Amino acid sequence: MAMLQITGLTHSYGGDHGVLGGIDLTVPDGRLVSIVGPSGCGKSTLLRCIAGLIRPTGGTLTLDGSPIDGVPDDLAVVFQDYSRSLFPWLTVRDNVALPLRRRGMSRPERRAAAQEALESVGLPDAGRRYPWQLSGGMQQRVSIARALAYRPSLMLMDEPFGSVDAQTREDLEDLLLQVHRTQKMTILLVTHDIDESVYVGDRVVVLNRSPARVHADLDVDLPASRDQIETRGLPEFVRLRAEVGRLVRGGGRSPGAEPADTGTASDIVTDE
Amino acid sequence: MRYRRIALGAAGVAGVVAAMEVVSRAGLVDGTALPPASTVLGEAAKLAVDGEFLVDVGATLGAWFGGLALAVLVAVPLGVLLGSVPFLGTAARALVELLRPIPSVALIPLAIILFAEPTRMKMSLIFYACLWPILINTLYALRDVDPVAKDSLRAFGFGTPSVLWHVSLPSAAPFIATGVRIAASVALVVVISTELYAGGVDGVGIYLSDTQTAGGRTDLLLAGAVWSGVLGLVVATGLRGLERIAFRWHTARVEGLA
Ligand SMILES: Nc1ncnc2c1ncn2[C@@H]1O[C@H](COP(=O)(O)OP(=O)(O)O)[C@@H](O)[C@H]1O
Ligand SMILES: [Mg+2]
Repeated sequence: MAMLQITGLTHSYGGDHGVLGGIDLTVPDGRLVSIVGPSGCGKSTLLRCIAGLIRPTGGTLTLDGSPIDGVPDDLAVVFQDYSRSLFPWLTVRDNVALPLRRRGMSRPERRAAAQEALESVGLPDAGRRYPWQLSGGMQQRVSIARALAYRPSLMLMDEPFGSVDAQTREDLEDLLLQVHRTQKMTILLVTHDIDESVYVGDRVVVLNRSPARVHADLDVDLPASRDQIETRGLPEFVRLRAEVGRLVRGGGRSPGAEPADTGTASDIVTDE
Repeated sequence: MRYRRIALGAAGVAGVVAAMEVVSRAGLVDGTALPPASTVLGEAAKLAVDGEFLVDVGATLGAWFGGLALAVLVAVPLGVLLGSVPFLGTAARALVELLRPIPSVALIPLAIILFAEPTRMKMSLIFYACLWPILINTLYALRDVDPVAKDSLRAFGFGTPSVLWHVSLPSAAPFIATGVRIAASVALVVVISTELYAGGVDGVGIYLSDTQTAGGRTDLLLAGAVWSGVLGLVVATGLRGLERIAFRWHTARVEGLA
């Protein structure tokens, strides 16, 4: 179970103006929430606060009712800087297996789980190689495999598909949906791809430029079982994509849109 | 490419040796001041099978290795401590920067007074000389470990000691090894200087000073110098080779970025 509650979250790295300007967000257990926003608006900072890696300057963060103070249990993070987050002195398989030490698994169990995760991201033969021998897209998949192998209850993903090719990206999106369906997991996915935010999300949260606040929070009313071609052709998908696109560019909610369920309507900027 | 480099290097060495030979044989300089290269190399070859000289080499290498090992044992843990606990690092910085510039050879007279036994005296000077390059490389390498790398393990719930062991130490290791290699070449200078100045029973420096007092045959002195150079070369090349093997990931990455 992982129910995340964020109220009035502010953060500043010490400069004169803050990066996060009062974020309010509630993510019920088991949801997959997409987060979009202009680059540099504070998406990575928000994830780092949730991960307990930095202490926010203000506001409250709770996970299952208890305040986040330090790194929560059962968390996995896929970092935006995948090449810096993998360890060059370890093979790909050992990179994926290392966090599993926390799971009290034996060495063979860890290796088997790592191999399985690598297969799921389409890298069955990369285990014995080193991260620096792989392309950027493959490294990114290794870091996704590392998070999946850990079987977290809360997974934070920071632009995890940014460097992979279009076909692999679609495969990974479907893998994420499948993992989300089969394992009990709450997922926050930061992406700069508007189509992707709608395709994988139960909800799309749009942040606005710094100091970041929740600009809009949209429910994605699409069938749970999604298909790359069919889903993307649905009128609701097309409508949501256009809506999110406009919101990311700083626009307000379109007149016909129903308000989101978390009471952020008052935060919505209506003038362009 | 590599063979070409080796071949060119060998040709360069051969050229200089030949030039020395010619200059000396032609009488352009006094033959006793600069003996022909063939004579020097001949004497050097004889030294290689001279039991007494081998004992000297063994004594020099022993003190060298002992002092270096001691320095590694002290400097690495100390550097890890100072590099990973920011306030200790800042507190120690001034002291390190003050002590580091003191040339170890300036401490030879002090070491003579403190340690009567020559091996201990040599080892303590080598220890002092080696301490700084290793300590400083360790300290800065620990301080400069990529925070994203540390965070990526921290995010999986690993505590500070685990992150130190699984991330900081491996990522600092190549820089620590470089510090050890630099220390090793500094140590050779220190050990021979100490032997020359402080005397003793065995050592390459002792061989040199004994040869000097016993008539000062320049061919023998140069043969001793050749062997000192060979020792330095062998140790430096050996350490560099070990670094290349052990830290392939590091060299591969650095070369990949270049
Ligand atoms: N460690 C840091 N120190 C100082 N400023 C930072 C740091 N990390 C990010 N920032 C600044 O905070 C802002 C938001 O960064 P970030 O959260 O990475 O944005 P995003 O992920 O949305 O692109 C940027 O202006 C960035 O320059
Ligand atoms: Mg970012």
